[in-house]
Amino acid sequence: MADQDQLFQFLLRLGDNTLVLGHRVSEWCGHSPVLEEDIALANTALDMIGQTQLWLGLAGEVEGKGRSADDLAFLRDVWDFRNVLLVELPNGDFGRTLMRQFLYDAWSQIMLSKLASSSDDRIAAIAEKASKEVAYHVERSGDTVIGLGDGTEESHTRMQAALDYLWPYVGEMFQSDEVDGAMVAAGIAPDPTSLREEYDAKVQSVMSEATLTIPGSKYAHKGGRTGYMHTEHLGHMLCSMQWLQRAYPGASW
Amino acid sequence: MYAQMIKTARSGVKNREEMSDQEREFQDRIDRDEKIEPKDWMPDDYRATLIRQMGQHAHSEVVGQLPEGNWITRAPTLERKAILLAKVQDEAGHGLYLYSAAETLGESRDELVRLLHEGRMKYSSIFNYPTLNWADIGAVGWLVDGAAIVNQVALQRTSYGPYSRAMIRICKEESFHARQGYHAIMQMAFGTPAQKAMAQDAVNRLWFPAIMMFGPNDSESTHSEQSMAWKIKVKSNDELRQQFVDQTVPQIEYLGLDLPDPGIKWNEERGHYDFSDPDWNEFFDVIKGNGPCNVDRLKDRVDAWEDGAWVRDGLLAHARKKSARTAAE
Repeated sequence: MADQDQLFQFLLRLGDNTLVLGHRVSEWCGHSPVLEEDIALANTALDMIGQTQLWLGLAGEVEGKGRSADDLAFLRDVWDFRNVLLVELPNGDFGRTLMRQFLYDAWSQIMLSKLASSSDDRIAAIAEKASKEVAYHVERSGDTVIGLGDGTEESHTRMQAALDYLWPYVGEMFQSDEVDGAMVAAGIAPDPTSLREEYDAKVQSVMSEATLTIPGSKYAHKGGRTGYMHTEHLGHMLCSMQWLQRAYPGASW
Repeated sequence: MYAQMIKTARSGVKNREEMSDQEREFQDRIDRDEKIEPKDWMPDDYRATLIRQMGQHAHSEVVGQLPEGNWITRAPTLERKAILLAKVQDEAGHGLYLYSAAETLGESRDELVRLLHEGRMKYSSIFNYPTLNWADIGAVGWLVDGAAIVNQVALQRTSYGPYSRAMIRICKEESFHARQGYHAIMQMAFGTPAQKAMAQDAVNRLWFPAIMMFGPNDSESTHSEQSMAWKIKVKSNDELRQQFVDQTVPQIEYLGLDLPDPGIKWNEERGHYDFSDPDWNEFFDVIKGNGPCNVDRLKDRVDAWEDGAWVRDGLLAHARKKSARTAAE
């Protein structure tokens, strides 16, 4: 059995990814290019918040200090967040939002498919449920990346710019440390590095169809999933996200 | 209800003598409570009035995302955030549904949206008010969706089939929203003193705008008669407003909040609550574009549309390329 603190850290990584990305996507409410996209973005955000409740709920249980999913979401500061940097980046234009979604969804789909056979039944059950939602997300985000990449000259240029901007944040999803090592040893989760090949194949196939070029640089920003160094953006997000809980401590909503 | 002050496309009601045979037959069908379907013959004015009403209703659903979206990023718990996201998603869905219903009358969604953006079509006055504290989100669900339901339950019996069916479906979701909204504000009214103060503030600010949603008093409502004859409108503004007040006052009392209007008082003789008129000058100001949020709301929608042009163009271009490729194969 893995060390409970390491399992807690691992679950925070999953739950913080969905929390932070769900929040970013929800910022689009009422402002998207077409009504169908308003619906789709709200739906995606809703799924991700639902997944957050499950991952952070389990994290609180594993931690054993009586913290709920809400306590973890609303009462931790930046340095305690364990999401990858990719998901905390500001939305940018619609193209960048959907490109980020695809780059995340493609990883999430592979990760969840492995977690569905986790030795920890609780994790397997959440992964199983989330997989169904993510299968739809990746299809939609992938199709949108293809549509816009292979659309007009302007949409192509914007999507290439989005990919160029986001690509250095992709590598962090595949980095591995002692927490991951402990998960692998306990049969709870795969080694993130082992997912890279399948991911690259998936991303390459979508980018080819989208007529977009994956940047050559292998450089990867990191610091989110360890909490060592987030971007400046996360603190601002938490300012609004956590405001009510912070300003009125102990209230029940 | 997200449609108010709908100008009927003709003034006065046509009497039977003035009607053509076709018009008489049409009116007979309505009087027999038959539904009018898209391919049926209908008077041009009936069609035009319905397009206005359904279009305004659709616009309201879409613009209505904004005051609620204002709090999605600040929702205090994951569950509240999920509930709000689901609600906003429903509203956008209603918009889509109503635009589609309007399209059955031969008016495209793009055209309706263009008219909205040019300020030539309206959305409900209520969405020109700000959401200033978290209790507003509860109050919007409870009071605004609650007022909408009162109107829309009546509209389930409206004469135009696609509109009536849209109302039946939409009412189910709106009822759910109203209950969730009431639950959210109840949590606050029974919560800490600060939360209770937020709830009171929300009710005080949103009460009059909510009862304005039903439109002007019947004596001032000049366009209703023909719409009533056509069963596009089923109950009068004042009837609906009274129904809303009667159902809502006990709910405010249950929350232990002060009534937002000193004029609210049970009238034994009428069997209804008396209440004060809202400030109708304010109402007409809002309708004319001078509400607290009119300029920002419309700008948000226009910006979203303009900033999104490249996305719509891109996806369209891709779809064309794809079908050209398929054709070439």
